[in-house]
Amino acid sequence: MADLGRICLPLALLICVYGIGASIYGVRSGRIEFSDSGRRAVYALAIVLSVAFAVLEIAFLRNDFAFNTVADTSSRTTPTFYRAAAVWSSQEGSLLLWAWLLSLWSSLALFLVRRRMRDIAAYATAILLGFGAFFISLMIFYASPFSTTNPAPAEGVGLDPLLRFPTMMIHPPMLYSGYTLCTIPLAFGMGALLARRVDADWIKAIRRFAFAAWLFLGIGILLGARWSYAELGWGGYWGWDAVENASLMPWLTGTAFLHSLMIQEKRGMLKVWNVSLVLATGTLAIMGTFLVRSGILNSIHAFGGATLGVPFVALIGVLIAGSIYLVVLRREMLRSQHRLDSLLSREAIFLGNNIVLVALCFVIFWGTYFPLISEAFTGTEASVGPPWFDRYTVPLALLLVLLSGIGPVIAWRRATFANARRNFAAPLLSALVTLIVLLAAGVAHKTLAIAMFCCAAFVLGSIGQEFFRGTRARRAMAGEPLPLALVALVRRNRRRYGGYVVHLGIAVLFVGVAASSSFQHAVEQRLSVGSSTHVGKYTVRYVRPTATITPKNDAVHTGSTLNVGAVLDVSKGGRHVATLRPSEGFYDSGEPAQGTVGHLIGGQAVSHISMSAGVTRDVWTAIAPDISTPALQRIITIGNRTLPADQGVVALAVLAREYLKNPPAAQFHFIVSPLVMWIWIGGLIVLGGGLIAIWPTPSAVRRRVTMRSRARAAHGLARA
Amino acid sequence: MEIVIALVAGLLLAVVVAVISAPLRDAGRPMSDGEQTQEASQQSREDGYEHAELEAARETKYREIRDAELDLRTGKLSHEDYEAIDSGLRGEALEILDRLEALDGRSGASSEHDKAKPELEG
Repeated sequence: MADLGRICLPLALLICVYGIGASIYGVRSGRIEFSDSGRRAVYALAIVLSVAFAVLEIAFLRNDFAFNTVADTSSRTTPTFYRAAAVWSSQEGSLLLWAWLLSLWSSLALFLVRRRMRDIAAYATAILLGFGAFFISLMIFYASPFSTTNPAPAEGVGLDPLLRFPTMMIHPPMLYSGYTLCTIPLAFGMGALLARRVDADWIKAIRRFAFAAWLFLGIGILLGARWSYAELGWGGYWGWDAVENASLMPWLTGTAFLHSLMIQEKRGMLKVWNVSLVLATGTLAIMGTFLVRSGILNSIHAFGGATLGVPFVALIGVLIAGSIYLVVLRREMLRSQHRLDSLLSREAIFLGNNIVLVALCFVIFWGTYFPLISEAFTGTEASVGPPWFDRYTVPLALLLVLLSGIGPVIAWRRATFANARRNFAAPLLSALVTLIVLLAAGVAHKTLAIAMFCCAAFVLGSIGQEFFRGTRARRAMAGEPLPLALVALVRRNRRRYGGYVVHLGIAVLFVGVAASSSFQHAVEQRLSVGSSTHVGKYTVRYVRPTATITPKNDAVHTGSTLNVGAVLDVSKGGRHVATLRPSEGFYDSGEPAQGTVGHLIGGQAVSHISMSAGVTRDVWTAIAPDISTPALQRIITIGNRTLPADQGVVALAVLAREYLKNPPAAQFHFIVSPLVMWIWIGGLIVLGGGLIAIWPTPSAVRRRVTMRSRARAAHGLARA
Repeated sequence: MEIVIALVAGLLLAVVVAVISAPLRDAGRPMSDGEQTQEASQQSREDGYEHAELEAARETKYREIRDAELDLRTGKLSHEDYEAIDSGLRGEALEILDRLEALDGRSGASSEHDKAKPELEG
């Protein structure tokens, strides 16, 4: 089986090399058949890599430990779902996933434009196949997913316990889809510069893929934040980790691009800016991929084994140098056709929004890469923590939310002050009422949170006003009932109203962030059974301990051998609110030297948090139980000395009984965070808005418009 | 097992070659007037690019006209500003339509373009 995979990789590389040559020859010579053949090479690449991926997936599902990557990241006791997803938990498997997704999305993009932009598409094909060749070469020469060991080990190491969480398994495919989709606008951008065509048709072609990249990246980032919050034992959803930042940066520049693209589309302006943004977004996506394979990170996100830093640095260098060269070379054709008509216009607001987004990206870039580069050269660990990031990103985020509320109420090209005054009245009132309510609630000292709530209220006011006025206008024109008018309004103006929904979602998300950050109550306390503590307005009582040995045939078995935890009663004002059951799972270390019993629990200990989630607040808790007491350690020692190798679980049963009978005090971490759920709700609203904006127009509403459109356009002129 | 893998690999290679070579097999090579045909096809491609460009520009212009009307109806534009913007946009739309018609006339494919269905959102 591995042989088939090993055949696929060099075949895929050959396809890439051929496709690059055929595409470039085809576009330079004008021989369409070679350009088409180059495009079909991408399809062929997708077929071959699908076979390769299937080979690896089958190896995981069949527990074929002859495959080194299977032996390193899976085991017979790993549940089937996690085994299937463990493919991309290793360096080798993740490289294959990246290349496979690149081939699939590239095939789709090139298929959709197969009858248009042949010259741009040919160059884009060559660039996309170049990326494919790069990743396939990494697999062939550095980290093959199909390397084997003979004889095969009887059992694998198993999946990292921290990854045994459903969200975590979907997060990489979403993120990699985002990254690979970012390369498509980059490829078409470079292709447009090479072919000297950076106009309307190019915009129309790449807009959907830029949007799709933005959507998938956003989903991937949100899933990662959810995993961090619900699985890791620190209670947060964003820690300004280098890898988190690396995924956020292309999302920020992608957001800027989607906005400024509209300006280029309508006014022929910002061509240099847009081309630079699309090239930067693709390059940042490659840098994000580089970061976890560079060997310079020590993180759950980092892949161990062979470091691929040097090849990635070379690729990034080529991308940056090539981008700068092309933009400078084509600067004449990138000159703007128009200028800004007015500073009081949607174009001006979009420009401001772009500047803020790029500034955010720059701050995060500086905070992420400068310490890493400094450490690489000086050897001294440098760190830039959350306080540094918060100091610079929070004011920019406030400005961003505010601008997202101003843009919708300003017209394109120019607006008058009288109109602006009228249009800002409701949003300003909304913000003012919010401010008064918050001040009355006695939270004046939380100035940044109040500012964010007021900005979000402004956004809600402006978006609500837009929907109200648009629906009213639609009803006046078409005489439809209210629900139908609303649906028709959105259906006929998907981009506009889909965008408004996205803005709404962002505002809601930031409300959740501001509330959970500024009004959180956190307590760390050691508790004995029966004792209690206060967290904000809540009382948490330690009711009783729990200790279980996880049966291996448990359908949701995560691989832990022993789970020790607690049952907690949460109450408020004497009224029961929730029962929480945090625990810590102890895993097999696979080190026989730790003893028959010791190795069963000597591996990584993973906290399983427990939380009561609600619309107004989350009550979150994690436990660090103490199994190092003399009584418990004696059980382990005696078990190590007396029990045969396969009977260690007997001692664990005794240990569990002893823990339940005489539970020692345990360390608890409690957090009460207001409005956390609105982060996830806001994310879903953003996703919904994005889908509305990107949804294709039904063919039923396409009209024959040539002569009729001319008549309408002329009629309008005559009327004027 | 090795035979099965060899068969699968062979089949895969055959599929790859078939997919990639299809355009090359289908392409007819012009005989005596090869250069002239290449010029004509190059011109046709240029016309195709320009046509696609103009169609995309037309769609954008129609969207702008609709956006301006919606801005008026939702109170973001005064009537005076709307009239000025609207007439400008419609003039630009007419220019694009003129260029499209001229291109259609040049390429002699007016009947096909009459049937063209440019996308209009909504």
